[in-house]
Amino acid sequence: MEKVVDPKIYFRTAIVLLVLLAATWMIAYIDLGPFNLIAALAIAITKAIVIALFFMHIKGSSRLLHLAAVAGVMWLLILISLTLSDYFTRSWVQ
Amino acid sequence: MPILTWPVSEESALVHEQFDDIGQQREAAKLGMWIFLATEVLFFGGLFLSYTVYRFAYGHVFVEASRKLDVVIGGANTAVLLISSLLMAFAVRASKLDQRRMLTGLLLGTALLGCMFMSLKGVEYHKDYVDHLVPRMGFKWEGADPGNAELFYWIYFAMTGLHAIHVTVGIGILLVLALLAWRKTFSNGNHNTVEIAGLYWHFVDIVWCFLFPLLYLVGHR
Repeated sequence: MEKVVDPKIYFRTAIVLLVLLAATWMIAYIDLGPFNLIAALAIAITKAIVIALFFMHIKGSSRLLHLAAVAGVMWLLILISLTLSDYFTRSWVQ
Repeated sequence: MPILTWPVSEESALVHEQFDDIGQQREAAKLGMWIFLATEVLFFGGLFLSYTVYRFAYGHVFVEASRKLDVVIGGANTAVLLISSLLMAFAVRASKLDQRRMLTGLLLGTALLGCMFMSLKGVEYHKDYVDHLVPRMGFKWEGADPGNAELFYWIYFAMTGLHAIHVTVGIGILLVLALLAWRKTFSNGNHNTVEIAGLYWHFVDIVWCFLFPLLYLVGHR
């Protein structure tokens, strides 16, 4: 039999996620200028990390799985940063 | 066939011949799923990238277009998926504890919440159609720059549509797993399949955590 997590951890994770959902929803109705986008992204990234750590059990799993999880995100960052470095440095794109 | 001279535990009977032991087999299955999820990140990543590029180029129109989407349905759907993820986490736990009835119930509950998500999505798509927001299908835009407003809805339907396909596939997997769980397929430590299906379901939840703020809450409302 494999080790299992205390049910309390799952409930706490779900509550944190629902609170973050409420936060992102409420912040959208306040005008913060460019910080609306930053806040929305920061909360979304936090939610993704919380889900990965506790629901997907990245916390407590092997280094190999940590590497596989981070690798997907790394490739996404390469995709986005290289493309944007192109778009943002061309004067003909408004 | 080599003659086994040592006692065979129930768990070692599950080990396929290419693996040394049950631990290695479980690790390999999870690693395979995480690598698949990395390809999924890039699959959705292409759409997130086009969203990012056009949002920076036509930010003002994107804000206007986003306000026409139904934020209540979008937000409710976020909560539905989060709760379904909670049930899925408990399903994986039940499979490890060999609780067959609990596992079957939780898998069905997760699938039910997935169906609820899809129903709300259907209501929302119908509302979008009635409001003339579907590109090429009676699209009407009163404000400025209708071409780029239409572009926002192309991206909206592509992203939510691809996500909806993933949810549908997930519901199918959950229903098959529920049937197999009832037939005792996952008893006695054979819980690998449930665990990696759980990883897939949580991933679909994570994608929606980004889609909701980026599509429904662009700028401020």
